[in-house]
Amino acid sequence: MVTKPAVVLALLMAVAAAAPLVTPYPPDRIDLSSRREAPSAAHWFGTDDLGRDVLARVLSGARVSLAVGLLSALVAGAIGVAVGGAAGYAGGLADAALMRGTDALLAVPRLPLLMIAAALLQPSTPLLIALIGSAGWMETARVVRAELMSLRTREFVESARAIGAGHLRVLAGHLLPNAAQLIAVSVTVAVARSILLESALSFFGVGVRPPAASWGNMLYQAQSTLATEPWLALAPGIFILLTTVCVNLASEE
Amino acid sequence: MIGFLGRRCLQAVPLLFVISALVFLLIHAAPGGPLAIYLSNPNIRAEDIDRLRRALGLDRPLWEQYVAWLAAFVRGDWGYSFSDGRPVATRIAERLPATLELISVAMAGATSLALPIGVAAAAGRGRWFDRLLTGASLAGISLPAFWFGLLLQIVFSIGLGWLPSSGRATPTGGDLVDRLQHLVLPAAVLAIVQAAAWSRYLRGSMIATLRQPFIAAARARGVPGRRVLLRHALRHAIGPLLAIVMVDAALLVSGAVVTESVFAWPGLGSLFTEALARRDYTVLMALLMLSSSAVVLFNIVADAVHACVDPRVVLAW
Repeated sequence: MVTKPAVVLALLMAVAAAAPLVTPYPPDRIDLSSRREAPSAAHWFGTDDLGRDVLARVLSGARVSLAVGLLSALVAGAIGVAVGGAAGYAGGLADAALMRGTDALLAVPRLPLLMIAAALLQPSTPLLIALIGSAGWMETARVVRAELMSLRTREFVESARAIGAGHLRVLAGHLLPNAAQLIAVSVTVAVARSILLESALSFFGVGVRPPAASWGNMLYQAQSTLATEPWLALAPGIFILLTTVCVNLASEE
Repeated sequence: MIGFLGRRCLQAVPLLFVISALVFLLIHAAPGGPLAIYLSNPNIRAEDIDRLRRALGLDRPLWEQYVAWLAAFVRGDWGYSFSDGRPVATRIAERLPATLELISVAMAGATSLALPIGVAAAAGRGRWFDRLLTGASLAGISLPAFWFGLLLQIVFSIGLGWLPSSGRATPTGGDLVDRLQHLVLPAAVLAIVQAAAWSRYLRGSMIATLRQPFIAAARARGVPGRRVLLRHALRHAIGPLLAIVMVDAALLVSGAVVTESVFAWPGLGSLFTEALARRDYTVLMALLMLSSSAVVLFNIVADAVHACVDPRVVLAW
């Protein structure tokens, strides 16, 4: 079913993808004659200290922020399904070991952990996606494990085994499809969290690095001139909020 | 109950081992190791770095370093700050009060917002104010805290000039009013974001409670609506919320990293960002270990509190 938040998100992604076509300025065009301009008809969200159009930069930043958010949620989902699936299906000692590891990671505060990792590794965007993804799989793992624990004793699993299905087939063909909806919800929640994490990391200057624009690093740059050019902080934040609200709404439906 | 607490604390020990290994490995996995920042400094000779490496024990095998660090950490010897040479424990102790002040005020604010909002939204489910409150709380959980902080600074510090935008007090020494003024904005950011999450949770569990037969029974006996809501339903719905509040309290310490840095609040969060900028590994490790241990501890306390409030909760494993 197509819902309103999904439509808004799709629209946002389409605009981000078509950014060079819809904005009159390239995101990196420096125009020293129109530096630090407040929002106007020519520049809807104003210009920054180098005369770059904020709207063009926000839309180009949308590509990075959305890509990082979506892909790292997928990474998180994949790890979570693998760990939760293995723990829930195998049970016993493997389950205990995997779940203690999950608990341990859940107890370490996520943002500070990622800030340290990102500051030390100075990651490129793909590595950043891997980092955020590998810090966000624990909730999915718990959900998948709990669901498999209750599913694996059901009759359809027994009958699948009776006709000779192997472990992998039972897990991937019979158990996980039954948990698909729960997995989808937890990955959707992870998308919102990943977008917030990326923006926070970039806000602290350890995420996506300038000159590439991301919503977070635009806010990082806006922070130092908040008193004289407050509009720089407006557009990136509005886009983050719009995206996370839509994703959160979508996860509830 | 005592047996339960004992068992949970025993279970927490291996958990803390895993966490400590994780924290230690993360720091030592850095390219160039903990001394990387000196490698690029032209004023430090290679033999000095070697000497430093031996003096700090960084030339020993990794597991030996880990055991030595963990043994010292457990004894309360958290080492010396790389950046100013003072004991890590001292540096943390002098920042702790600011963070505790911020968090306790934020927690109080969040609770006093979340309780009425959650109850009112559940009581008027589907009505306009429920939609309004639910929409606001959705925005609250979707809000990036640092951006919210910037917005408040733009409006209340820069635009209206009512409140200071940074610090804990005016440098010339502030009185109580001055300190309270500094506290308002950072505490509001933490409180509002937290209240959004808690009120959503409370609304959900209140709605589930209001459907239960004992509520219908109370209404049928003629108990006034307000009393049903506050004495019967809220008391039933508040147990799980209390558990969540306890766990979130521990997580707030790390949530404060963002807020403290936006408002230059001189607490543990700012200490963390400063230590990160200077690659002050001993401080970083101690802070991560402390906040993780706090989360583990508060999880246990949360289960115990939940059981105390709600007699139906069985303290299993």
